[in-house]
Amino acid sequence: MKTNNSIGQWFVHLVLLVISACCLLPFLLLFITSITDEQSIIRHGYSFFPETFSLAAYQYLWHDIGRILHAYGITIAITLIGTAAGLIITALLAYPLSRKDMPLGRFWSFVVFFTMLLNGGLVPQYLVYTQLFELKNTLLGLIVPGLLMNAFYVMMMRTFFATSIPFPVIESANIDGAGEFRTFVQIVLPLSMPILATVGLFQTIHYWNDWFNGMLYITDSKLFSLQNLLNRILLDFDFLTSSNFAGGNAAELTDVPRETVRMAMAVIGIVPILIAYPFFQRYFVKGLTIGAIKG
Amino acid sequence: MKLLAAGKRLRSPRRYAALGLMMVPGLLYLLINNYLPMFGVIIAFKDFNYTKGIFGSDWIGFKNFEYLFKTSDALLITRNTILYNAAFICLNLIVPTGVAIMLNEVRKRWLSRMYQTVILLPYLISMVIVGYLVYAMLSADTGFLGRTILPMLGLPDISWYSEPRYWPYILTAVHIWISAGSLSVIYLASIIGIDPEYYEAAMIDGAGKWQQIRRITIPLLAPVITIMTLLQIGRIFYSDFGLFYQVPLNAGALQSTTNVIDTYVYRALMTLGDVGMSSAAGVYQSLVGFVLVLVSNFVVRKLNKDHALF
Repeated sequence: MKTNNSIGQWFVHLVLLVISACCLLPFLLLFITSITDEQSIIRHGYSFFPETFSLAAYQYLWHDIGRILHAYGITIAITLIGTAAGLIITALLAYPLSRKDMPLGRFWSFVVFFTMLLNGGLVPQYLVYTQLFELKNTLLGLIVPGLLMNAFYVMMMRTFFATSIPFPVIESANIDGAGEFRTFVQIVLPLSMPILATVGLFQTIHYWNDWFNGMLYITDSKLFSLQNLLNRILLDFDFLTSSNFAGGNAAELTDVPRETVRMAMAVIGIVPILIAYPFFQRYFVKGLTIGAIKG
Repeated sequence: MKLLAAGKRLRSPRRYAALGLMMVPGLLYLLINNYLPMFGVIIAFKDFNYTKGIFGSDWIGFKNFEYLFKTSDALLITRNTILYNAAFICLNLIVPTGVAIMLNEVRKRWLSRMYQTVILLPYLISMVIVGYLVYAMLSADTGFLGRTILPMLGLPDISWYSEPRYWPYILTAVHIWISAGSLSVIYLASIIGIDPEYYEAAMIDGAGKWQQIRRITIPLLAPVITIMTLLQIGRIFYSDFGLFYQVPLNAGALQSTTNVIDTYVYRALMTLGDVGMSSAAGVYQSLVGFVLVLVSNFVVRKLNKDHALF
């Protein structure tokens, strides 16, 4: 079906290469800047071909390694707990809704679905989580608000259960004496690995990348996730050198390589996701397309 | 059939109680996270006071809304939100469609997959990191754009973070950089789904590549593009908070062109502590947004029932 139009092919590759370069080069610039000498940046600006290389930024950050690892720890903890808890409650809600014989199933589906149409907005949500439930400056404040479960994934999973798991399979498990819960855990879940993996992957990315809950609910820097730390340093570099964060590092305040440290911090923040990306890329693409075609 | 009949007999209320119980945690979460805040919109009609709480504060009717719409901010944030989204929607029609068609022309599968991997990368990272990348391009005195690109073109450096007039272009470019990859991949999936017989028939009739794209690919892709566009129109009153807050580094000097409803609500609540104004703007957004979602869904439903949300 494809013709041998070599000029067309060259054109396509040329355009795609330019687009790919636009997507990749900013990351490369970030990395190169982080290993550039501060003086060279002050003289020539950020550059792909710096005059002098230097690891001063990383050496500087090495003093704060404890705090960086701490922020990493918070991020890993909320990602693991949030994704696991979110997947469990999403699947538990989606499965009964997928059953055609479930009494009031349509009503409850509407209750879930309606949250996609209307939301109360930021202010009432903030007041619910700070006044009614005191989540301010707790780990739960990073996990629960907004991210734990969303109606869109419940609907995606409901569709998967309804279309990919034959009802006779569930029926026969029941006849063999398995209760509903046991049928769900031993029959339905093992057959649903593709959708669990997809939703789990998206939940993981949302938690890993989230800084919004941290901005709203966390003021105590001990509970900062990695993204919150990055966010604070980007908006206010002095936070990194303030006693609030740096502790006993105050003596070296005078000659902090500001620009390169900032970029080194961002590099430390994205390396894990860049390493993991090639391995989950296929599921990521699949998830995007299912999500768009039927929500 | 026999099995089904036996199954029916097993359907005692107790079994449904088990199913009902499974739904409890999820529904409870929606109650707290979504439904309580929906009732919480009543605070927009109150003179909220932290010590009196949500229920104890005094009713003041539409006062908060009156104050909000008397300020010039209300018009500004509405204008910004809608104009940005309109620009995003137009570009999202063109760029991802073009990229998807080109990706489909790549013959080697591994190469196509590699391109896809790379163009999806910006979509994967957090907006904070995007903020760093943009800062590396634009920062005063050291930014790559100001120190390397502009001098090459013989232009002077600009202090980007204090000049609001450039930001509509910058934010639009950043938005396309982030979102084009994911839309391209979605469109590519539906191009791959087109029956190859159409192309074979066209080739027998002597249609060239360009004609095939114009007469087959684009018309058959049009329904998906229409749906994705209508969904974006339904959300025209909402914007990506991170893009408008993190990327301009929350700079006050840029607010005339970077403040949208979402950032206004956030700043009014967290920076000014003005719960009344903030919640009034939030209710304004929720209600208009709700109507727009309903309207756009109605249109989607008319076009293609399968793609409608409901």
